Amino acid sequence: MKVSQNNKIKGQRITENKSESNNDLKGLRKNQYSVTFLQKFSRHKLAVCGVFVLGIILICAIFAPLLAPYDPNEMVGAFGNAPDGSHLFGTDQIGRDILSRVIYGSRISLLVGFSSMAIGLVIGILLGLVSGYFGGWIDMVIMRVTDIVMSFPYIMLILVVASIVGPGLLNMIVILGFVNWPGAARLVRGNVLAIKEKDYIKAAQVQGFRINRILLSEILPNTLAPILIYATSGIAWAILDEAALSFLGFGVQQPTASLGNMLNGAQSLTVLTSQPWLWLPPGIAIILTVLSINFIGDALRDAL
Amino acid sequence: MTKYIIKRLLIAIPVLIGITIFDFLLMNLAPGSPLDLMRNPMVSDMALELKAESLGLNQPIYLQYLQWMQELLHGNLGFSMITYQPVSSLIATHIGPTILLMGVSLLLGLFIAVPLGVLSATKRYSKVDYTAVTASFLSISIPSFFLALFLIYIFTVRLNWLPSSGMVTMGGEGGFLDVIQHMILPVTVLTVAVAGRNIRYVRSSMLEILEQDYLRTAKAKGVKKFFIINKHAMRNALIPIITVIGMEIPVVFGGAVIIEQIFSWPGMGLLTMSSILSRDYPTIMGLNLVAAIIVLTANLVTDIAYSVVNPEIKLQ
Repeated sequence: MKVSQNNKIKGQRITENKSESNNDLKGLRKNQYSVTFLQKFSRHKLAVCGVFVLGIILICAIFAPLLAPYDPNEMVGAFGNAPDGSHLFGTDQIGRDILSRVIYGSRISLLVGFSSMAIGLVIGILLGLVSGYFGGWIDMVIMRVTDIVMSFPYIMLILVVASIVGPGLLNMIVILGFVNWPGAARLVRGNVLAIKEKDYIKAAQVQGFRINRILLSEILPNTLAPILIYATSGIAWAILDEAALSFLGFGVQQPTASLGNMLNGAQSLTVLTSQPWLWLPPGIAIILTVLSINFIGDALRDAL
Repeated sequence: MTKYIIKRLLIAIPVLIGITIFDFLLMNLAPGSPLDLMRNPMVSDMALELKAESLGLNQPIYLQYLQWMQELLHGNLGFSMITYQPVSSLIATHIGPTILLMGVSLLLGLFIAVPLGVLSATKRYSKVDYTAVTASFLSISIPSFFLALFLIYIFTVRLNWLPSSGMVTMGGEGGFLDVIQHMILPVTVLTVAVAGRNIRYVRSSMLEILEQDYLRTAKAKGVKKFFIINKHAMRNALIPIITVIGMEIPVVFGGAVIIEQIFSWPGMGLLTMSSILSRDYPTIMGLNLVAAIIVLTANLVTDIAYSVVNPEIKLQ
């Protein structure tokens, strides 16, 4: 009896709150939407943690020069020293501060993740829009090219291209961008196919809107939610791929620190066994970054 | 359905030709010509020219492609520039270990993902569900090479239980058990990734099915929950898993390149890395081509299998 009463009171309180907030936001549909979005998003506790962790990592990455205790590329200590008071994560084989390198490395990893995804999205969205909207032989050609690119195992293709154009930060971003567009193209095409039969698109066509306007202002905004979700996981993949390539020696080159090339040294058995501070911090940084992004992506899927 | 299969096969042909063109162009874009490797003061220009002619490097590119295609159709993938072995025989000796590694990991991964995903869906929002979903997120967020290093650190370096390199013990007797021992670590790394990627996939596919009317009917009829889940729902939920196999193959292939490198597993991945490092173009070309054809075939087979078990699929 007591319990049910309690529940009732609680329930009342909740409905009261709800009606209050509804009153506050009356007439502001956009705000209401963002409120339900936040409510749905914050239901995912792990995603909220993810936002928090990713926020810290982003701040570290953006303000790296202010936050890093040492210059990441300078010898500032003894060779391969274990963590101590002056070097919280120790130093690497040539005396560089690991903590500073991890901070600068996450900067590079995030840069690669975001910008390669941006390149892939631009190509994928354009091709997907054109392919889905026009159909016919254009669609046929674009989709077959997509099939062709997707037939090559992703990592293998990136490795081959990286070996051709040479390693390096910029090349890495461009390669990842040019290899990851097919997924976006297929996704956008599928959405366009579903949207283009809708009445408001027909109306736009009848009114004689230009193709650019129909594609970019009528269709594209309505496919943004799935694109955003795709992009989140795409950034996570790109960060993992950068790490793998740099680990294999085809990505970001020394002395620039990236989380992947910091792990490269762990291929040697002495580092692996006796100097875990060389490879645990960058490894954990990658996992935390990617995990946060994935959790956020999952919550977005529910909330959008 | 026959119409669908025929259409699907017809689509695969231009893709296959496209793959060969793409592969050929990619290798021709490479700045370092194979001749550069021979270039040194001891070799005269004359000799280089002769070599270029014998390799067909001075012909227009489309002729080079057609020549290459002609050889390809006769099963000749060219010769390695480093070992002078035929590329086809190089691939033939390396493909077995890769297929063994990939096949076992793919099967094990799905054997873990399917029951966990189904369990997770039937007990939605329970602790089991949260644990399984979180574990799947964790496993897709760990770089495979990092997990590999971690496992080597624990099981090879600290505990000294398992070997971390090669497929058989050097100078040992070899044999079935020896290979299995060498497989445990690399297979674990790949399996974790496969299972992680698919738990949530199976879960959402199962959740979708559980909301269907025919399951409500079954429940209303008084069919036991066990049968509802394992007989009525699971069968339909597993149909999409067929496509998963097709999607997984290129990913596992890519993963194998990294894993084989770390564990010195004598497969196509290791061969890829070594031929990329030595700019052995014919071998890289051959490997890429074979990998792409395997992926294409796998996609074709899974698409057709999907259309056979799912009559809803029609010509689209």
